[in-house]
Order: sequence, then structure tokens, then C-alpha cells
Amino acid sequence: MGPLLEVHQVSKAFDGLIALVDVSLAIHPGQIKGLIGPNGAGKSTLLRVISGLLRPTSGRVTFDGQVITGWTPERIVACGVVHVPERRQLFGAMRVEDNLLLGAYLRLRREPWRVIRGDLERVYELFPRLRERRRQVAATLSGGEQQMVAIGRALMARPRLLLLDEPSLGLAPLLVREFFRVVEELRAQGYTILLVEQNARQALRVADVAYVMETGRITTQGPGRDLLNLPEVQAAYLGAHPAEKTMGVGLR
Amino acid sequence: MRSVAEPATTELPARTVPGPRGPAARAPAARRLSSRGVLGTASAVLLLVFWALGRRLGYGLSEYLQLLVDGTVTGSVYALVAVGFVVVYRVTGVINFAQGAFVMLGPMLAITFFRTLGGSGGLALAAAAAAAVLATALVATAVHRLTLHPARAASALTRIIITVGVYISIQGMGLIVWGPRPYALPAFTTLQMADRLVTVGGIAVQAQTFWIWGTAAFTLALLALFFERTVVGKAMRACAVNRVDRMATLAFGLAAVLGAVGGIVLSPATRPTYDMGLELGLKGFVAAIMGGLVSFPGAVVGALVLGVLESLWAGITLSGFKDIFAFVMLIIFLLVRPQGFLAGKGEVGH
Amino acid sequence: MRGLSSDIRALVAAGALVLLLGGFEMVRPGGISLSHLSGGLVTIDLLIRAGIFTIILVGLNLLMGYAGQVSLGQAAFYGMGAFFSAILTVKASVLGIPAVVAKAWWWPWLVMGGAAVLVGGFSFVVGWVILRLREHYLAMATLGLGVIVYIVLRENLGMPQLNLTGGFDGIVGIPRLRVGALAMWPEARYYFLVWGLALLTIALGLNVVRSPVGRALRAIHGSEAAAESVGVVVPLLKAQIFALSAALASLAGSLYAHFQAAVVPDTFGFVPSLELVVMSAIGGMASIWGAPFGALAVLVLQEVLRTRVLGLVPVVSGEMEPVVFGALLVLIMMFWPSGLVSSYWGRMAARGGGDGPAAGGAPSQQGL
Repeated sequence: MGPLLEVHQVSKAFDGLIALVDVSLAIHPGQIKGLIGPNGAGKSTLLRVISGLLRPTSGRVTFDGQVITGWTPERIVACGVVHVPERRQLFGAMRVEDNLLLGAYLRLRREPWRVIRGDLERVYELFPRLRERRRQVAATLSGGEQQMVAIGRALMARPRLLLLDEPSLGLAPLLVREFFRVVEELRAQGYTILLVEQNARQALRVADVAYVMETGRITTQGPGRDLLNLPEVQAAYLGAHPAEKTMGVGLR
Repeated sequence: MRSVAEPATTELPARTVPGPRGPAARAPAARRLSSRGVLGTASAVLLLVFWALGRRLGYGLSEYLQLLVDGTVTGSVYALVAVGFVVVYRVTGVINFAQGAFVMLGPMLAITFFRTLGGSGGLALAAAAAAAVLATALVATAVHRLTLHPARAASALTRIIITVGVYISIQGMGLIVWGPRPYALPAFTTLQMADRLVTVGGIAVQAQTFWIWGTAAFTLALLALFFERTVVGKAMRACAVNRVDRMATLAFGLAAVLGAVGGIVLSPATRPTYDMGLELGLKGFVAAIMGGLVSFPGAVVGALVLGVLESLWAGITLSGFKDIFAFVMLIIFLLVRPQGFLAGKGEVGH
Repeated sequence: MRGLSSDIRALVAAGALVLLLGGFEMVRPGGISLSHLSGGLVTIDLLIRAGIFTIILVGLNLLMGYAGQVSLGQAAFYGMGAFFSAILTVKASVLGIPAVVAKAWWWPWLVMGGAAVLVGGFSFVVGWVILRLREHYLAMATLGLGVIVYIVLRENLGMPQLNLTGGFDGIVGIPRLRVGALAMWPEARYYFLVWGLALLTIALGLNVVRSPVGRALRAIHGSEAAAESVGVVVPLLKAQIFALSAALASLAGSLYAHFQAAVVPDTFGFVPSLELVVMSAIGGMASIWGAPFGALAVLVLQEVLRTRVLGLVPVVSGEMEPVVFGALLVLIMMFWPSGLVSSYWGRMAARGGGDGPAAGGAPSQQGL
């Protein structure tokens, strides 16, 4: 089976500032691909190009054989590509349950209520804490809970491809571990995920294939486990080198 | 709504592996619409068009001069009102609909005070005017403490509707107290109803015109000094981001003073009525928008431009359509205004 | 979907009430009319006007309460509908419409429908452009729009020779509506027509609210960016709901024209637009049932002010109105921004499926 998502030689420049240079990658159904790298490397920009929030200066993005470059974000969402951005973008004044239900907005007209309620239940099983808080207004939740809502909402759309932008950002260490357990669970359920992460160690552990992105380019790629053992990667992103105390992501 | 703070992202060290980088310096910034640019081109175009249409009607230099003078007169009053809008907006983020009410209260109270003080004489007039301005400011601060201050956590829209309610109430009270008929304040120069005419450049101009120019300029200069030199003023200027409650009341009072002064100085020329605030308030707002809504000099320039263009327009159209100009300008400027006015808020989690 | 049965029950109850009141007025048992019962406050006339306003308010509530887009110029669409109906029935000959058509019983109905479509289309285009604006700027733009339409109507569309809108004095002699030979008159019959349409409008509104579109509207109200990320085509939906509210207002305007038999531009200016906002606020912006409640509450309050207060305070009756309404608006915005009805339904909504603020949020809760 061909790749689900294909990014082909995508470049993006803003007002003379170059964010992406000839980035290419492909994701096959059921895979989890990780994207790590320093701040400002262009990881989030790449996700936003894929989900249609930005138009690339050159190159193209293909989803399921169809070129989606230049489509509006809503149309791309309708295809099944769901982007959970860094800033989560919840409906703060609405309850958790309404936020989640809105994730299935595009399905509400097409599918019976029963099916959607079923999906809602599955989300609650994945995130039991959300079930407790389902009538609570989203803006009053903690950072970690909001992250759960954001992901849960994405899942409600039954995405064919999930784009997660720094999902563990700002989470307490315990929650981070729990979160990556959820990612493992999602992989077991067959979701296809492109995961952009600060937390390099966990991301590399969970990813089938990972990419390292620096200053707009992909500099290294390979199976997650292999990258974990690469000395350059360890030095820069995993805090393995004892002398370099200022470096290292990992858990804070 | 409690907002969830975004934790600071850690700076990862950049890799030392050499690689081609993008140009470090930004290319020349893409040209964006600036409100000054829009205002400038729009005014120039309209000026030309109106001048041409006026020529078709046979207007000569003296007619244009007359229209110009009229325009700067209304423009000066618009400027005072507009600056009032900017002050309140910058400090509270609210578009103060009640501003028009203060523009009406100033002259009406002045007339009432003037009558109580005897109804004649320069001293009585000055005292009445001063008292009216003070009284209007007091009403404004009271209104603010009673209505807007308790509601300060509400959305900007809710607070705007509150100011709408305030405006309607005050205008309504104006109707009850003063009735629907127009009143009159004596001209400042002659201290009588009939004003002296001064000949300038071949046209006859009311002496009150100079009072209006002078008062507007003087008041705005005082305001500028206040913002530049005093501690309170500087703090208020800096309020653009942070809202401090007492600042909000002060801003409100200040706006009321500006509006009242404008209304008072205008009233010998145009007879004030209980509903004069609506039109002046709306047009002052349009002027503020033309200047970008957050800029004081912008508001003044916008007001003068609006006054002059509107006057020219009035000179070439049917009288009933005179008011349409300001509102068309309003919509155009709201739409063309760069960034700032466009949607995109209400997000949580960042 | 959940809530449907409660909607149907409410509609049936409302329908029964409408029939009851109307039937009572037609029969007048023992010579007593509604007016007698209510001490002169509630008349068929008032109920008809309430029905007309309800139609406007359903649209306005969907726009302001659900989608969160403010309109301070809604009376313009109301006026456009009214004048459309007036001009095309009274001034038909000026426009070259053959008398055979203009006098036909179906003509005013066709005009009414056509006007709603045209006003809806016009406002869709306008809405597409101005709904990009944020909250308060949108409010001012709609205000400007409303005033512009008012001035154009008042100034005879700039063509005094044609005298289409009748200038300041408007148009008189608008015919009553008929279906075939059956006249929709006297008042009691018109009452049933108006309220029949009003109930249909309420049903439409409830349908929108319960549907995915209703969720999308509330999503847009909450955060347009987030709504986009969930697949809502934001600009399109905003323009659509704006157009719907305009079309409903136009319909109401036509009904008004055939009711009063005369229209004047002053009825559709800036202050009437504000009155609509007050009605919406009192009844509850984020509530469809808030529409009839708001309309009735405000109209009855106006009657009270006109007739009762006269004795208490030494002022001309009509003068108290703006003061009271202004104060009322301020108080409501301060303490019950979600309106009276909405607050009630808000509590009911806790049981699930309500269309109150708990499900979406009235404007005040968007203080982010």
C-alpha cells in the first residue's frame, strides 16, 4: 500500500525568513513517525503546512494520493487529517463533552448519533479523567487535562492521520509518561500519527521512524530505536553527555 | 475566564553541524497597509472628486473656502469627540457609546447654568461653561463607577452595550428635562444670540469659528501636555496593555470633558437639542476609526479630514444625504484597516 | 436527537396558547376581550406586533446569541422587507407592473417571499465582507449599514421624481393580505397568520439549534480558529446565518407593512435597531424561546410606561420610555447578560440538551 501522507520537497519562507528547505517525508498507514529537533527548526511549521494553515512556497503535500497543497484547512480536516496544535485551541467556554462532540462535527450529519456516542465512550475510556470532568468548562481544566481534551477531540473525528504538535509540552513528568502510554495505545488501535516532540527520548521510543529536523531541513532519519543510540542525537537532545549540562530535553 | 498560562519553552541548543542557513537578516518587510496610507490616499482621491463635482456646480474659490472653513469647524469638534473615544478605548478596550451623551450634556447644562446665573454677561457664560464641563465629568465618572466598573470582567461587547444603554438613558433624561426644542447659547464674542461676522479671504465667517478652532486646539494641547508631562498622564498612555481600574474612570471623565467642551463651543453656531449627541458621537467615532482608533494624532487628523470631506460632500449632494458620508467612511475604514480589526480570538490553552 | 421531544412539547403548548388567546379574542365571551382582562395592556394589536418581532428576534438570536456576531442595524433589513412590500404593491404602476398582476391576491405573497430572498442574498454578500470583523467593529459596521439604509429609504432612494419610498412620510395604502377570496383581516385573522408564521420560525430556529449547525454556530462564537480546526467553514456559515436573520427580518417587515397599511422610514432607523437588541437581551440572546418572551416583555413594558406611569411621574408618557429602556439594558447587561429566559433554560439545560448558555455560552461568558 502506498504512503498515506507524502510531503515532497516542501519549502516555506516568510518575508525572507526561511523556515523549511526541501523537506520530504512519507507516512504509511498505521505508522507513528516522530519529528524532533531544536526550537525554531520548523517542526511546527511543517505540521501547519500539512494541515493547510500555511501554504508552502514550493513543493507539495499529497494525502492518500490526492494533492492537498493549497486546500483550506476545513477541507483538509474533512479528508481526515486532524491537527492538534501547540496551542490546543479548545473552546474555553464550553464543557468538556461539548468540546469533544465538536470534534465529530463533520460526522454529525452523516453518521447516527449512536455511533458518535460510542466514540465518545471510547475517548472516556482512554482518558478516564475526562469522564469525571465531562461537564466542566474547558477553560478551568489543568494543562494536562486540556491536552487530553484536545487529543480526545481530534480522535472524535476518527482521523486517518493525526498530527500532534508538542503534545507533552507543559505536562508534569507523571502525565508525560501517561501520555506516551496513550500514544502506544493509539498505535495499537491502528492510528497513523505524525508526532512533533520536545521530549526526544519518549518520542524516539514510541516512533517507528523518526526524523531530526534542524534549521528547516531533515538532517537525520531512521528507526526510532536506532536514533536513540546515535551519539549526536544523544548529545544534543538526550542529555546523555555528562559534561553538557545545559543541553538535554527529557523530563524537567 | 481564567486563562491557562503557557509554560516557557526551553531553548534547545542549535546543532553545530554546519549546514546552509537561510539569510540571517530579514528581507525588506512586505508592504502592508498602514492606516495612514489608506487615510492619505482615500482623502486625496475624495478631495479631488468632490472638487471636480463642485466645479461642475459652478463653485468658485469663495464657495470652496466657505466649505473648507465649515469643514474645519465641525472637524475640530469631531476631533475632541474622537480623542475622547481613543482615550477610553486605549484604557478599557471599550467603545464608549455614551460619549455622545456627554457632548449633549455639556451645552445643555451650560445653558441651564447660564440662565440661573442671570442669562447675560461674559462672566456668567464662562462660569456656566466651566460648571457644565465639571458637572458632565462628574456624571461620567459616576456612570462609570456604577455601571462599567462592576462589569469590568464582562466581554468588551457586553460593556459596549452597557454604554449604549447609558447613552439611551441620558438622552432620554435630556428629553424629559429639556424637551425636544432647540436651545441657544449666546455667541462668545458678542455675548448675544447674533454673532459677529468676520471677513477672511473674501468670505464671511462667524466669529464663533475662531472660538471653536482655538478651544479645540487649546484643549488638545492641554491634553498632550497632560500625557507628556504628568505622571498620571504618562501612566494612562501606557495603559494600552494593562487596565487599571481607576485609570478607567479617569479616562471616562477625561473623555466626557473633551466631549462637553466640544459641545459647548459648538452650540452658539448650531442650536443644541437633546438628541444632538447621537450624530456627533457617531461621527466622532468614525473619525477615531479613520485615525486607527488607538492613535491620538490619528484621531485628530481623521476628524479634520472627515469634517472637510463631509463638508464638501454636503456642498455637492442633496441635503438629506449629507450624513451618509460619515457612515460610508466608517464601513470602508473598518474593512480596509490593517490587521487589528479582524476576527481570531477566544482560544484557550496557550 | 435529544431534546426534540421537549421542543415539540413546547411548540404544541405555545400553539395551544396562541389558539386560546386568539380564539378568546374572536369569540369574546360575555363581551370581554383580552384588553379588558389585562387592564388595557394586552390587545390583539400588541400580540400581532409581538409575533412580528418574534420572527425578527429568532433570526437575531441565532446571529447574536449563538454565533456571537453582533448586529446593531437589524432594523434595516426589517425596513427593506417592509418597503419592498409597500413599493411593489402600492407603486407597482410606477415600476411598470401590469395592474392585473399587482392586484392579484397572490402578488403580495410573492413579493414577500421575493423580498426575503433578495434581502437574504444581499445580506449574504454584505455579510461575507463585513463578518470578518471582530466583535465591536462588527457592531459598528452593522450600525453604519443600518443608518445608511435608513437614510437611503428616507431620501427616496435619491430619486425624488420617482417617489418610490415616499421620502420622510413613507407610503400609505398598503393592501391587506388575502388568500384567494379570504381576507387575512380583521385583526384576529391576521393574528393567526402572524403567529402561525412565528411558530414556524421558532420551529426553524429550534431545528437549527439542535442540528450540527447549531453546534457549529456556538463553536464559532467560542473560537473561530478552533471551529475551523474542527472542520467548520467559518466564513460561509457566518454569512449564511447573517443572511437567514436578514431574510427573517425582511419577512417580518412585509408582515408589518400589510398590518399597518403604511410604512415610514423612522420605524426602521438606528433606535429601532437598538430596541431589537434590547428585546433580544431581555428575552435571552442565546435562546430561541427568548424571542417571543423578549418581544412580549418589551411591548408590554412599553404599554405600562405609556399608560400607567403617566399618573405617577409628571412627564409626558412616551418620554419615560428611553430612560427606562436604557436603564433596563444597562442592568440586564450587568447582571443577567444571558437574559431572563436564557438563565432559566440555563438551569434546565443542566439536565441535558438545553439550548441555554451552558451549552454554548452567551456573549458575556466570552470574556476571554
